[in-house]
Amino acid sequence: MQTQQTAPEPSLRERLVTALENQRVLGYVLMAPALLLILIFIAYPFVLGVWMSLTDKIVGTSGTFIGLGNYDKLFASDIFLTAAWNTVFFTTIATIFKAVLGMWLAVLLNRKFRFANITRATVLLPFIVPTVLSTLAWLWMFDATFSVFNWTLRWLWQMEIGIFGLVLKENWGFFRGPLWLGDPSLAMASVILVNVWRGLPFFAISFLAGLQTIPPDLYDAADIDGASGWKKFWHVTLPLIKPVAIVVIVFSIVVTFADFQLVYILTRGGPNNETHLLATLAYQLGMGSGNIGQGAAVALFMLPILAFVIIFQLWYLRREGVR
Amino acid sequence: MAQILLKNLRKTYDETEAVRGINLDIDHNEFVVLVGPSGCGKTTTLRMIAGLEEITGGEIFIGERLINNVPPRDRDIAMVFQNYALYPHMTVEQNMSFGLRLRKVAKAEIERRVKHAADILNIGELLERRPKQLSGGQRQRVAMGRAIVRNPEAFLFDEPLSNLDAKLRVQMRTEIKKIHQRVQTTVVYVTHDQVEAMTLADRIVVMNHGIIEQVGSPQEMYEAPKTRFVAGFIGSPAMNFVPCRIVERGAALGVRLSGDITLDLSAEQSKRYRGYLDKEMVFGIRPEHITERRQHTNENQLDFGCTVEVLEPMGIDTMVFMDIEGVEVTARAAPKAVSNPGETMMFTIDMNNTHLIDPKTDKVV
Amino acid sequence: MNAMVGETYFRRLVVFYIPLFLFVFAMLFPFAWMLITSIKPDAELYNPRISPFIVREPTLEHWESLFGTTLFIRWAVNTLWVAIASTAVSLFAGVLAGYALSRLVFRGSTMFGIMIFVTYLVPPTLLFIPLTGVVTWMGLQDTTWSLIFTYPTFLVPFCTWLLMGYFQTIPKELEECARIDGATRLQAMSKIVLPLAVPGILSAGIFAFTLSWNEFLYALVFIHSPETKTIPVGVTSELIKGDVFFWGALMAGALFGSVPVAIVYSFFVEHYVSGMTGAVKG
Ligand SMILES: Nc1ncnc2c1ncn2[C@@H]1O[C@H](COP(=O)(O)OP(=O)(O)OP(=O)(O)O)[C@@H](O)[C@H]1O
Ligand SMILES: [Mg+2]
Repeated sequence: MQTQQTAPEPSLRERLVTALENQRVLGYVLMAPALLLILIFIAYPFVLGVWMSLTDKIVGTSGTFIGLGNYDKLFASDIFLTAAWNTVFFTTIATIFKAVLGMWLAVLLNRKFRFANITRATVLLPFIVPTVLSTLAWLWMFDATFSVFNWTLRWLWQMEIGIFGLVLKENWGFFRGPLWLGDPSLAMASVILVNVWRGLPFFAISFLAGLQTIPPDLYDAADIDGASGWKKFWHVTLPLIKPVAIVVIVFSIVVTFADFQLVYILTRGGPNNETHLLATLAYQLGMGSGNIGQGAAVALFMLPILAFVIIFQLWYLRREGVR
Repeated sequence: MAQILLKNLRKTYDETEAVRGINLDIDHNEFVVLVGPSGCGKTTTLRMIAGLEEITGGEIFIGERLINNVPPRDRDIAMVFQNYALYPHMTVEQNMSFGLRLRKVAKAEIERRVKHAADILNIGELLERRPKQLSGGQRQRVAMGRAIVRNPEAFLFDEPLSNLDAKLRVQMRTEIKKIHQRVQTTVVYVTHDQVEAMTLADRIVVMNHGIIEQVGSPQEMYEAPKTRFVAGFIGSPAMNFVPCRIVERGAALGVRLSGDITLDLSAEQSKRYRGYLDKEMVFGIRPEHITERRQHTNENQLDFGCTVEVLEPMGIDTMVFMDIEGVEVTARAAPKAVSNPGETMMFTIDMNNTHLIDPKTDKVV
Repeated sequence: MNAMVGETYFRRLVVFYIPLFLFVFAMLFPFAWMLITSIKPDAELYNPRISPFIVREPTLEHWESLFGTTLFIRWAVNTLWVAIASTAVSLFAGVLAGYALSRLVFRGSTMFGIMIFVTYLVPPTLLFIPLTGVVTWMGLQDTTWSLIFTYPTFLVPFCTWLLMGYFQTIPKELEECARIDGATRLQAMSKIVLPLAVPGILSAGIFAFTLSWNEFLYALVFIHSPETKTIPVGVTSELIKGDVFFWGALMAGALFGSVPVAIVYSFFVEHYVSGMTGAVKG
């Protein structure tokens, strides 16, 4: 046996183990995979995107620097201004509907009833299935000729005629019903409808989770104070789920603001480029017409508003955290 | 089993100085209790010994080894946490053998040691259970079992009993003492309960504001506290502190507590306190050394009278509260001998057990 | 809320059952419509005069054509592979980063935390144009690898964020005790923290799986060959030829493409919901 006079030189493995005991070293080692992914696939593309937006790059060329030329052009373009306005409008209206209806649904689901669990589970379906696929179903339901909605309207119309024998029949002849995706305003409304349908469950289930953390004795206390249902909602429920609500709404704003799939499937920006959102316009410019510089500029245009929302959220979380 | 040596140990968090230079020499197999008020740095000190907290300054030795930069796993110590920290996904047996398995100890040896520890702690039947299925006291035992199995150089305890109810706490306290006698090992034990400290410790370390106030055996701490803080902290109910003035009483000196009450000092005390003549001092005496008037057993006992304010019967004794110049003073008297509130009662005070504190330094003189 | 005392049945019907029924109906109708469409012969599908709600002669022809004449099965396999692989990559990176951020003190950890949070909110639509350049530059275009490496851009921040929250619920003492017991930091993580974090990891995994199963934009932009496509892209691009929509097959594909996530989800509803609310609580 060897004498234990000199400690043997630590092996590589031992040195590694020792190094990883240091939390400063270990911290960076554990962060490395995530950081690497973020650097390569987010930070670098981001810088690249900013650069592209300052060039006149089109597919196949490397592009030359044109400063803010792309942005100048965009501001002069009606299509872009419409898309920017549409994005804001779409986000605002859809978020309001999702929040209000989501709250309503959450309150309903929060009651005790048979099959409550399975109802909660099925209600979440629109949120979890691939958006594109469910949107295809909507596209079919909005079809110009074979729309099930229009068939139903027609059926009700005819039933009315059958029952009341309305005189208008001659003039109207064959009732077609609205062209859901053919008229710009109606198309935007349809897109909003589908977005609300898809996002509502997320709101409802998140709000429900918030509602369930409210201790029931608060309601009992309000009952004793003689508060009515509405009063209880305003003064007990709403303030208590405000923190959850704000996080959900902010998150939803970000996602809705950047939405691409609904418009891509339902209208492709049409009719006459009236329903474009920033994301679909960026796609059309960058991928469709190969005008990469301009596409990148349009996409980057989402940044200021997203940044504002993110900063608000960070600020809010920090304030809540301090409390 | 090993000595632990703390040399000028310091710990600073961002702004707070949690530990401000601690020197402590812990002997083989010694049971040392760190005690002090909340936030005084006990846990921080213990965690630095364990290696869970980085050391801002100073040195720690276990045995001969400087361990400042040794990771916890190589320090060969065991720690029992306040909330026990049992691994919820492991059975009791797995909890206890975890450390041995990591060290690749042979299976038969692991079994032997687990069984041995389980026998000591009486938890043989619990080995297959999960922590969730155990009562508080049982968890406590398992946590200790986990430490015993490892047979480490030293045991560290951080308020191990504070999550138990009062009765179980007393029971486990005795048990810990028994176990220490059986499993001879060095123990550093943190608590803020001075009774626990008195009953368990070979030596008590009283900490305050990140420094050590005094180190000594429980008896020393009780009889000869060196600072006002220790005097007030050790012993229950706490020592009375009365502002006083040292005055001449013939050849000797006296302590004047109020216009009415002046207590004579012995010749030996007079000599010691001569330098404080006419100074404002603080007079300290424990309630148990002020009793109802009794037969004197030594010549340094004095009698005095005072009005009784409130009585608190405790069973064996009754606590008598009185008011001396606006300061509340407590005495401990036999229940039969006490007067009613409002009446004057005669007390006997044992001047051998009094302390004089210099309010400028808060040191006992 | 407790059922209100003395609430009449009529009132309960009006304020509760009817609205709830309408909600559930609206949420589920499109799926029912997918099913009805997928089993209806073309002759009935494209006849506006007959009720679309009734299937007179149910047929499997659309399903047959979906599986027989299109690359649908191939797409399904691709989607599954991409979802599993990118979830694995993201969980690996997310678990490590989440652990580091919630447990270790090192310079820049706060900054990294904010960075992760910010990237969590950066939508794919912001970056897809330059990302195409990166993917091409790496020679990954038109392969499933391009998706497996880019999906983690939104999955890793998400997993990290969710798991950070979960790790924080596991008492620190457990790890400290393990380290005193003889474990290295890595062992304490793998033997104590990770086993206890399994529910959280599962939630993050399920969530990541459904997110990547559903992803559309990157798959649309990076992939061109029909046999490399995923279900969402394959169905929308290959089953629609110009203005010709094969509605029967489209709806069959839409339904079938929704089934796996629905199944995964139904097995783990609890985890899914807790993951979602966990993500929300942030
Ligand atoms: N991680 C930390 N970060 C900043 N300050 C800390 C930290 N841990 C402890 N402190 C501070 O250090 C001081 C000593 O804390 P420590 O936990 O050692 O007290 P303690 O004596 O164990 O008290 P207790 O009896 O309440 O357990 C306290 O002022 C505390 O606020
Ligand atoms: Mg403590």
